[in-house]
Amino acid sequence: MATREFAAHDAHVHAAPTSWIRKYVFSLDHKVIGIQYFFLALTAVFVGMFLSLLMRIHLIWPAAALPLLGEIKPETYLTLLTMHGTIMVFFVLTTAPQGGFGNYFLPIQIGAPDMAFPVLNMLSFWVTALAFVVMLSAFFVVGGAPLHGWTGYPPLSALPAAGPGEALGADLWVISIALFCLGALMSALNFITTTLDMRAKGMTLMRMPLTCWAWFITAILGLLAFGVLLSAGILLLLDRNAGTSFFVPLVTINGQLTGHRGGSPLLWQHLFWFFGHPEVYIAILPAMGLCSQLLSVFSRKPIFGYKAMVYAMLSIGFLGFMVWGHHMFMSGMSPYTAFAFSVMTMAIGVPSAIKTFNWLGTIWKGRIRFTSPMLFALGFVSLFISGGISGPFLAQPVLDIQLHDTYFVVGHFHLIMGVASIFGIFAATYYWFPKMFGRMMNEGMARWHFFITLIGTYAIFMPMHYLGMAAHLRRYSQLTELKYLHGLVPLQEFMTYAAFVTIAGQFLFLFNLFWSMKFGEKATDNPWEATTLEWTTATPPPHDNFGGHIPVVYNGPYEYSVPGAPRDFIMQTDPAILKAH
Amino acid sequence: MGLVLLVVIWLITFISAYFFLAKTWWLPVGASAAAAGIDHHFSTTYILMGIVFVAAQLALGFFAWKYRDRGATARQALYSHGHNGLEITWTVLTLVLFVGLNFMSSSIWASERFRPAVSDAVEVEVTGMQFAWYFRYPGPDGKFGATKPELEDPSSGGEGAIGLDTSDPASKDDVVTGTMYVPVNREIDVILRAEDVIHSFFVPAMRFKQDAVPGLAIHMHFTPIATGDYEIACSQLCGLGHYKMHGILRVVSQEEFDKWIAAREAEKQ
Repeated sequence: MATREFAAHDAHVHAAPTSWIRKYVFSLDHKVIGIQYFFLALTAVFVGMFLSLLMRIHLIWPAAALPLLGEIKPETYLTLLTMHGTIMVFFVLTTAPQGGFGNYFLPIQIGAPDMAFPVLNMLSFWVTALAFVVMLSAFFVVGGAPLHGWTGYPPLSALPAAGPGEALGADLWVISIALFCLGALMSALNFITTTLDMRAKGMTLMRMPLTCWAWFITAILGLLAFGVLLSAGILLLLDRNAGTSFFVPLVTINGQLTGHRGGSPLLWQHLFWFFGHPEVYIAILPAMGLCSQLLSVFSRKPIFGYKAMVYAMLSIGFLGFMVWGHHMFMSGMSPYTAFAFSVMTMAIGVPSAIKTFNWLGTIWKGRIRFTSPMLFALGFVSLFISGGISGPFLAQPVLDIQLHDTYFVVGHFHLIMGVASIFGIFAATYYWFPKMFGRMMNEGMARWHFFITLIGTYAIFMPMHYLGMAAHLRRYSQLTELKYLHGLVPLQEFMTYAAFVTIAGQFLFLFNLFWSMKFGEKATDNPWEATTLEWTTATPPPHDNFGGHIPVVYNGPYEYSVPGAPRDFIMQTDPAILKAH
Repeated sequence: MGLVLLVVIWLITFISAYFFLAKTWWLPVGASAAAAGIDHHFSTTYILMGIVFVAAQLALGFFAWKYRDRGATARQALYSHGHNGLEITWTVLTLVLFVGLNFMSSSIWASERFRPAVSDAVEVEVTGMQFAWYFRYPGPDGKFGATKPELEDPSSGGEGAIGLDTSDPASKDDVVTGTMYVPVNREIDVILRAEDVIHSFFVPAMRFKQDAVPGLAIHMHFTPIATGDYEIACSQLCGLGHYKMHGILRVVSQEEFDKWIAAREAEKQ
C-alpha cells in the first residue's frame, strides 16, 4: 500500500509555475483552484443575496420604482426567485464548501502534494465558471431569465410560449446547469480518487479528519447525482429545441397546440429530485464535517463518537438516494410509494439526530474558546436543530398535504440547507483564512457579523413557518389576490426589515475579508492550536504543500487534552503517543 | 462570550416557541371530514418536535456557557472519545420517535388516499389552465362528455376553455362553471386535469391539495362538513399569473345544491 501511495505522489510532483497566467488563472495548484472557487462562490452569493433583497422589497412595496431597475413586475419576481434559487444552490452551496475549501484542504489534510488529477481540477473550475457566466447571461437576453423556479418543472420549463423568460433565457438556464454538472462530475472523480489514493503514510481512513470524510462522501453523492441531472437537462434541451416529448404530453398553451405528445411531466420530477435530494446533503455534509472539526478544536476535546459520526454521514449519503419522492407527495405519484418514501425520510432523520447529539457531546465538559469559527460552528448546530425539527412534519405525507409548497417548506430548507450551510462556509472562512492568506481576520468584526447574522436569519426564516401553517403559498408575487393572505402581510413586512439588517451585516464580512488580507495580524503556522496536517506546514503552504517531504501520520485527528501530554493537543504527525495507542 | 451566546440562543428559542404556543398564526379552521384527524396528528408531531427543539437549543446554550474556557487555572477538558451506550440509546430513541410518528400518520394517509371515492360521491372535474380553474358536473346522465385539446380556447371561457366537444351526446348536459358548488356532508370525487402546465388545487380549509398534471386525470376525494365559501388557490408555480389563479369553493346544503345544478341545466336548454 505504502509503495503504491508514494508512486502516486511521485507522478504528481510538478514544479511551481512561473508565469502569471499559469500561477493565478489557469493554475493546476489545488490551492489556487480552491481560492478561485471561493471567489466564484463569493461573487455568486452576493448576486443571489441581491436578488433576494429585490424579492423582499417587491413583496412589501410592489409598486415601488427602484433606482435603475424601475418597478418589479410579477413575472420579474418569478425570475428573481428562479435565479436566486439556482445561483444559491449550485454556485454557492455546492461550490464554496466542496470546490473551495475541499479543494484547498483535502490534499493538505490527508498529506498529499496536490489533487490526483490537477488538469481535471483546473478544467472543473473553468467549466463551473463558464456555467456561472452562462447563467447570468440569461438576464440579458430577449425575454430575460426564466421564471420556472429552480426546480424547473416541465411543461412550464419546456415550452417557450409558457411564459416570459421561457425562450432563450430558459435555454441558457438549462445549458448552464448542464455545464455545472460536467464540472461537478469531474470534481467528484478527483475528490474520490484523491481520498482513496493519495493519503500519506499512516493516514488510514479512520484517522482522516471528519472534514475529509465529509468531502469524500459528498463527492460520491455528486458523482451519482449530477450525472442524472445532466441527463435530465439534456432531455429537457431536446424537448425545448429538437421536438422530442420526454416531459411534455399533449398540451395547449393559451389554446394553441404545442406539437408535443406522450411525454411525462412526472419523469422530470423523478429525475430532478433523484439529484435534488442528495444535493441537499451535498450542500450540508461539508458543513457537518467542518463544524464537527471546529467543535472539537475549540472545545479542546476529542470529537464525541468519531465512528458514529462517520457511519452517520455514510448512512445519510446512502439513505439520501432513497427519499427523493418526499418532494412529490402531491404530484400525482402513487400514494403507496408516498408511504415508502415517508418511512425512508423519517429514517434519515436518525443519523442527523445522532450527529446533533454527538455535537452536544463534544462541547460537553470541554473548555470552549469562543473564536469566530467556533461561534459560527455553534450557530450551525442551533440552525441545524431548528431547520431539522421541521423535517418530520414535511416527511409525513398527511401533514405535507397542508404544508407542501407553502412558506413552511421555504423556512425549513433555508434554515437547514441554506443558512446552516452558509454558517459552515463562514466558519471555514474564519478558520482557514490564516492558512490561506497568512493573516488573521479581525475578531471584533467577526463577532458582530456572527450575532447580526444569527439573529437576522432567525428573524427572516422562523416567521416563514408561521406563514406556512397559515397556508401562505410560496412563489406568490403579490399578496393582494387571495383574501386569507391579507392578514399575513405584517409578518412579511417584518421579514423584509430583518433582511435589510442581515444583508447589511454581510458587508461587514466582506470588508473584514479584504481588509484582513492586507492589514490583518500576521498568522503563525498553527494559530488555533489544532492537530490536523494543514497546521504542520508553512503559512501559506508552499506549492507542494509540505516543502519537499511527505508527512507521516501517527495519530487520529482529535487528540485534545490527552492526560499527561505536555500540551492540550497532539499533532497527527507527532509520534509521541504512538505507543500509548 | 459564553453568557452572551446563551442569552441569544435562549431568547431565539423562547420567542420562536412563544408564537408557536400562542398559535398567533395557525392552520385555517378545518371544514372537511379529514381535517380533525390531520390536525390532531399535526398537534402530536408539533408537541413532540417542540419538546426536542426547546430541549436541544437550551442544552446548546447552556453547554456553551457552562463549559467556557475559564482560564489557565481551570480543569482540563474531559478526554473522552464518546460512549457507545449513549450512541445506541439516542439512535434507538430517535428511531422509535420518527418511525412511530410515521406509522401513526400513515393510517390517516391510507384512509384518505388508498381508496377510491365512494360510489355515490359527487363527481366534479376540475381543470386548471393559465390562470383559471373551471369546474364541470356530468349532469343527469352521470357521464362527462369528451374534451379535445384542439378545441381548447381559454378566451371563450366555460365550455370552450376546457375544450368540451359539443358534438358528443354525453356533453349535452355537462355543466361548466367558474365557482365550485358542492353539497355539504357528501364525499366529493374530484377529477383533476390541467391543459398547459402543472397546477395544484389547494383548498386550505379542506386540508386538500393535489397537483393537476397535464396528461393525467387524477381522482382525489374529500368531504366538506361545514357550509360556506372557501378560497381555492393554485399551489404549484404555473407562470406569471400564478398568484392570481384562485377560485371559490361554495359548500351548500343538498337542497341548495340540487336547486343550483337544476338551474344551470335549465340555462343550457
